[in-house]
Amino acid sequence: MKKGYYGQWGGAFIPEVLHATFADLNKAYEQARADASFWQEYVELMGNYSCRPTPLTFAENLTRHFGGARIFIKREDLNHTGAHKANNVMGQGLLVRRMGKKRVIAETGAGQHGMATATMAARFGFACTIYMGEEDVARQRPNVFWMEKLGATVVPVTDGSRTLKDAMNEAFRDWVASMDDTHYVIGTVCGPHPFPEMVAWFQSIIGQEARQQILKQHGRLPDRVYACVGGGSNAMGIFQGFLDEPGVELVGVEAGGEGIATGRHAARMIEGSGATPGVAQGYKTMFLQSPEGQMLDTHSIAAGLDYVGVSPILVDLGERGRVRFAAATDREVIEALSLTMRSEGIIPAMESAHAFVQAFKEAPAMSPDQAIIINMSGRGDKDIFTIAHAFDDPSWKDFIVKRAAAYSIG
Amino acid sequence: MSGNLEHELKQRRQQKKILLMTHLVLGYPSLAINREVIRQMAEAGVDCIELQIPFSEPIADGPVILKANQRSLDQGITVEECLRFGQEMAAAFPQVRFLFMTYYNIVFKYGEAAFLRRTRDIGFCGTIVADLPPEEGQGYLATSKELGLAPVLFFTPTSSDERMRQVAAQGAGFVYCVARRGVTGRQTAFDQALDQYLARCRRATALPLAVGFGISNREDVARLADKADMAVIGTATIKLVDAQGPAAVGPFIAGLKVSL
Repeated sequence: MKKGYYGQWGGAFIPEVLHATFADLNKAYEQARADASFWQEYVELMGNYSCRPTPLTFAENLTRHFGGARIFIKREDLNHTGAHKANNVMGQGLLVRRMGKKRVIAETGAGQHGMATATMAARFGFACTIYMGEEDVARQRPNVFWMEKLGATVVPVTDGSRTLKDAMNEAFRDWVASMDDTHYVIGTVCGPHPFPEMVAWFQSIIGQEARQQILKQHGRLPDRVYACVGGGSNAMGIFQGFLDEPGVELVGVEAGGEGIATGRHAARMIEGSGATPGVAQGYKTMFLQSPEGQMLDTHSIAAGLDYVGVSPILVDLGERGRVRFAAATDREVIEALSLTMRSEGIIPAMESAHAFVQAFKEAPAMSPDQAIIINMSGRGDKDIFTIAHAFDDPSWKDFIVKRAAAYSIG
Repeated sequence: MSGNLEHELKQRRQQKKILLMTHLVLGYPSLAINREVIRQMAEAGVDCIELQIPFSEPIADGPVILKANQRSLDQGITVEECLRFGQEMAAAFPQVRFLFMTYYNIVFKYGEAAFLRRTRDIGFCGTIVADLPPEEGQGYLATSKELGLAPVLFFTPTSSDERMRQVAAQGAGFVYCVARRGVTGRQTAFDQALDQYLARCRRATALPLAVGFGISNREDVARLADKADMAVIGTATIKLVDAQGPAAVGPFIAGLKVSL
């Protein structure tokens, strides 16, 4: 098969000006991949600087509540910066250092990947610019605050739908001028080759750990593994621990938004989503687009899932029947989030809560000797503004109104 | 109408010190204004015009062309309208060689072979696809050549000599030499580095060289006269139409011409 392709998906549809940059990146990546000491350095860094291995928590109360399969939760929320994003970013940071570049740029939607990149840049001593849709800058002020405090420059993107895909376009525009000293840290398993493969490699640490942990705690492999899918990096991360085990069913959960039938969603892989094959942002995948190929606006309660495309690797796995896809609506996400908080004292990010929704739908029909793993890709407590808004919490609103009044007087 | 673009440009080059190619984004500010702008360009004697079919994710374009793409799409432009308009222009101005410029998804969604056949049938002579490197465009390159269309490929300052030869061997018509790193529309420094780059381009291929990205005045065009075959004016005319309306285009283009 052609390099960088997964079935008919993937590729590297890049402007000619980036040809040499990608040639260099491919070389650096392949050398790192062939060098066992690189992975060792990566694992040590993640153990020392971040919080790896992250635990696999047995959710005893949720298991009892549903009365079906044993529910385990892979705790990427306990990774540094609060999500799986750090795995990819620290890995690419090591690679950037090897390539001798001094500046990193990144796109961000909700701000998690931007924060992780700004953190990595601070740690490695790189200059850092983060592109973020203007609409997301407005929605995610706390993350912008932290990125700036970490020393990054945050550039609001005012073009297009002013969300994640537009931030990605703008990062590409920076890169075609700055590639000599700059690396573009793509945040997910999308974009031109080698990004899908490379990011999946860094994220595979999740699956490697989860596999060992479930064997230890449950005595055998799980029956099903659930992960939310925006671009697909956390899903690819955990799925890779079980891809070669046909007995383990892999379930990707997309953003159903206000319901697939309303058209206000960000699902690409489920029946009726309306997604079709396309080529944009440097790769070929299923996109939410018009029949003529113009990308559409997407919607999700979770900014991290609000994206038009999806990993070419996951599309291929879906086509081959290895990964099954489902969707969770905004409303279901809030219910699953509430239940998880109250039952286990764990606060999933709204992105991650999509995986919980589907697991909760299926667990009751499974038997108590079966086990499932839910990949909790990130923590929700740092998204308090977004979650409190989604809960429409009166006391929170009152607090904001009073705080705003105090600022306007002061 | 498509003929052999390379041959045609080389012949024209015998009569002129440097050829001119202009660019516009279809549907921006409107097809009616596009029509007037193209008429002015044709009457002012441009050799080629690239008509950009708008795409929602134009990653190689700078702010001016990006906004033009968006505005045009917001106003509801369709690929079908672009094709029909192109047909009208090619028929109205037979002395001008027309090419479509776009991003690969537009071609892909229309159907690669169907898009190229239609492009030929309406009297266009080639296509410029910003995000389709030869490695991904083998079918596109082969079909274009079968149809007698020129699939125009790119040289850039980051291209090695080897890469230039590799690319040139697969393209046709002319080579689009991007004058500098970065997106469309920003100023290009006309310096020794550019001269050296263009000399490298010249050594790599016998195809005519078109030079674009940030060319905006007669001095820029004159500087290119001995080093390239065609100057590409993109963002500058879009800005001009925005600021002064379509009537300013004719005099602007006429003022760029460098006589023998």
